[in-house]
Amino acid sequence: MSHYEAPIREPLVLGDKSYHDITEDIAKPIEGAANKNWYIAFYISLAGMLWGFGCIFYTVGTGIGVWGLNKNIGWAWDITNFVWWVGIGHAGTLISAVLLLFRQKWRMAINRSAEAMTIFAVFQAGLFPIIHMGRPWNGYWVLPMPNQFGSLWVNFNSPLLWDVFAISTYLSVSLVFWWTGLLPDFAMIRDRAVKPFQKKIYALLSFGWSGRAKDWQRFEEVSLVLAGLATPLVLSVHTIVSMDFATSINPGWHSTIFPPYFVAGAIFSGFAMVQTLLGIMRKVTNLEDYITRMHIEYMNMVIILTGGIVAVAYATEFFIAWYTGSPYENYTYLSVGAATGPYAWAFWSLIIFNIITPQLLWIKKFRRSFIITFIISIAINIGMWFERFDIIAIVLSKGHLPSTWWRFEPTFVDVGIFVGTIGFFGVLFLLYARTFPVIAQAEVKTILKSSGEFYKKRREQGIPTKPAINVANAAGTTDKSNKE
Amino acid sequence: MYQFSGKLKTFSLALILVGLVGIGYGFYSAPKTVEEAKEIISHQEAHGDSHATSHEEVKVDEHHSSEAVETHGAVAETHASADAHGEHHDDAHAEHVLHQLKNKPWSALYVSLFFFLGITLLVLAFYAIQRVAQAGWSILLFRVMEAITANLVPTSIVMLIVIGSAVMHWNHMFPWMAEGTFDPTSPNYDPIIDGKSWWINLPGWAIRSVVYLAIWNAYRWFIRRNSIKEDTVNDNHKTYKLSYNVSVGFIFLFMITETLMSWDWIMGLDPHWFSTLFGWYVLASLLVSALTVIAFVTIYLRSKGALPGVNDSHIHDLAKYMFGFSIFWTYLWFAQFMLIWYADIPEETTYFAMRFNEYNLPFLAMVVMNFVFPILLLLNSDFKSIPWFVVIGGVVILLGHYIDIFVMVMPATVGAQWSFGIPEIGSLLFFLGIFIYATFSAFAKANPIPTGNPFLEESEHYHYYNIEHRGEGSGDHH
Repeated sequence: MSHYEAPIREPLVLGDKSYHDITEDIAKPIEGAANKNWYIAFYISLAGMLWGFGCIFYTVGTGIGVWGLNKNIGWAWDITNFVWWVGIGHAGTLISAVLLLFRQKWRMAINRSAEAMTIFAVFQAGLFPIIHMGRPWNGYWVLPMPNQFGSLWVNFNSPLLWDVFAISTYLSVSLVFWWTGLLPDFAMIRDRAVKPFQKKIYALLSFGWSGRAKDWQRFEEVSLVLAGLATPLVLSVHTIVSMDFATSINPGWHSTIFPPYFVAGAIFSGFAMVQTLLGIMRKVTNLEDYITRMHIEYMNMVIILTGGIVAVAYATEFFIAWYTGSPYENYTYLSVGAATGPYAWAFWSLIIFNIITPQLLWIKKFRRSFIITFIISIAINIGMWFERFDIIAIVLSKGHLPSTWWRFEPTFVDVGIFVGTIGFFGVLFLLYARTFPVIAQAEVKTILKSSGEFYKKRREQGIPTKPAINVANAAGTTDKSNKE
Repeated sequence: MYQFSGKLKTFSLALILVGLVGIGYGFYSAPKTVEEAKEIISHQEAHGDSHATSHEEVKVDEHHSSEAVETHGAVAETHASADAHGEHHDDAHAEHVLHQLKNKPWSALYVSLFFFLGITLLVLAFYAIQRVAQAGWSILLFRVMEAITANLVPTSIVMLIVIGSAVMHWNHMFPWMAEGTFDPTSPNYDPIIDGKSWWINLPGWAIRSVVYLAIWNAYRWFIRRNSIKEDTVNDNHKTYKLSYNVSVGFIFLFMITETLMSWDWIMGLDPHWFSTLFGWYVLASLLVSALTVIAFVTIYLRSKGALPGVNDSHIHDLAKYMFGFSIFWTYLWFAQFMLIWYADIPEETTYFAMRFNEYNLPFLAMVVMNFVFPILLLLNSDFKSIPWFVVIGGVVILLGHYIDIFVMVMPATVGAQWSFGIPEIGSLLFFLGIFIYATFSAFAKANPIPTGNPFLEESEHYHYYNIEHRGEGSGDHH
């Protein structure tokens, strides 16, 4: 008997697909030519990216003073965008690692793109710690390297230094995890390629993967170990990012709930971004049979859950700020002062986009609607940007001393760099979608017979499914529970 | 059907009786008057007891710094003058110690009560999560989890008694319940606590406490009944879906009530102190203990042949959860500790200063027991499916988390006067007896296999890929 699955579970692969159909569907966007829409999107993104690069060069060449920062608000859009992008990246690791540990099969259709999103988002995030330095050319001083200043080292007590380690480790581990998973898929493209140049490229990328039993066994072990490592990593990375604030003594920043709350927010915003991207991708690459309504609904459930955790954290912040009895807490990002002060618009954007709008997802009809999901996912992306902005800017705008109270107004350079990172992200993601297998075909093939619509229906009707191609099935799996 | 053996029943009743004697002894031996307290102090000093000597500075120090920082001069001054006059101070000190000593039997009871009540609650929450997540592996363990949650009823009743006794001022565990705390004319007036009186007040606290217990017990009552109903009805999963929806609602309410409960029942013991993470930290501690208890009861029942179909892969999964959530607990413990240590803001730091100075050994030992030990023991995949290994790891985890609760409660209620003796052990045995009696008699009342669950067959076929099934329940190999 092959793997048993309860009939009550909804199918994850729609239609009457064979293994070959999966290959064809996934290889199609890579093997075909890009259409006009792709070029339009690409050039818009490229323009945004170039504009952003221009703003970065202008900043570095002229000085940080071209930004809207002032002597009291030393962090605003830069670190907001940094935390926002890092947060977005977290969903990728959550989908590929945490959901692997929890043996969630629906992960298989979305993990590849979510991981790509992680990596491209971490690229964007990684820009900010460098460009927000006053002297970025001395940036390498953050590394503990022996040197000619009597071996002058870094101070390991700063969360900004932990950030350096966290982000760089996160990027490297994510990259390795992603690439390992890509090997069988690159090999598939290699084996199908007809043009010699293309064959050469994918032969290089696939590291000579030949899909032997021993290789698959090692492959699965590695995936599991990396998932086990990436899970604490993903928690610790955003934890460390949160400690940039939480270790301080600013009311509104110094809060012990920040580590898990930032992580929950990261998953929340990351899943929203996955929804935004996959909502478009499943349409334009004709992968609707793989990224189904069920996938969208499951992701929406994760959004409700993490959104709920974030909401509890907001309430906790709000309550404890009052409970401390400290008058200073009254001006922080989630307080009566914030809701009525000069940044009330930012405060209420946070509440509306993050807490109120996502509650619509409790309704099954909305949860399964592509359009509504898409709109809500955009709202959450905006809301989570405001969360970080509120945490950073509102807190800094009203510190302990009233004589230091000031406001922050972004300049076109602040905005331009943010737009630039969105453009850069778009460029990378669009290129990825044209050259990489956007769905892990090797993994999806392992669930075809247990969770495919065709096979499920046949089992239900008591018709024995074809005894075909079991050899391939035994090979390609990272979900261990499949094999009996 | 499982038969609750007479031997086990007698054993659990014996535990309850012995426990009651221990609890009674604790109340009997606690001092009643200041004179008795003074005698105990002098007794301690004569023996050069390290607790007594170090206690004075630390406790006084802790008491004042929090107030001094908040610049509530009046109170700080009263105490400062008390310090200045030696004689006056002795009396005040003796009274302080008397309160702490009077708290001892209550706190011993409270720590065990919270430990067992919390574990039962988290088993209930984990069970709800398994339902909502439509887990396929854990269905065979549903009746085990349901049986454990039967313990919620007796522990809730004891909790109600404790709540009632606090309302009646029979104990001094919650310092804000002392007379005059909210009265500006009283020497006991505490302006910091008075500032929080909108939340910290007796009727509010009592009503909230009862509401938490009511919500949890209502869900437990409903889901147990519905789960047994699922076995026999053939209504196209209607009953099952109702259970699903109610479980979603419960998780929603649980997230809120658990947070509030931890503020009311534990953080409120130190009413000057606050930490936003606290609710989730308590949650993590109870969750890992709950998983351990599920594993223990499962392993025991399987060894008695009462759980056909449960194989080593199921044990392996439970052990994985124990391992994973041990690390999660450590993560939250460290996050809370490190952030407070790093910023070193006086009104928060006192919490850990007290624990470091007076509870050094348990405070540090618990980190070893709850983190180092499980991570070394349960990392290996093979070990996680060996029952006796899981039991060894689990015993350490449970002891570690008992100490965790102990270190949350005791410093606030008895301060430096803590010890681990007959009252503490008695309370543990008492609740253990109740737990065994409630769990196994509940398990004996229902079909051990939830036959109506649509995922049952997945659970019966469950086999984690690299686990070699051995021993009991491994006959059914796929």
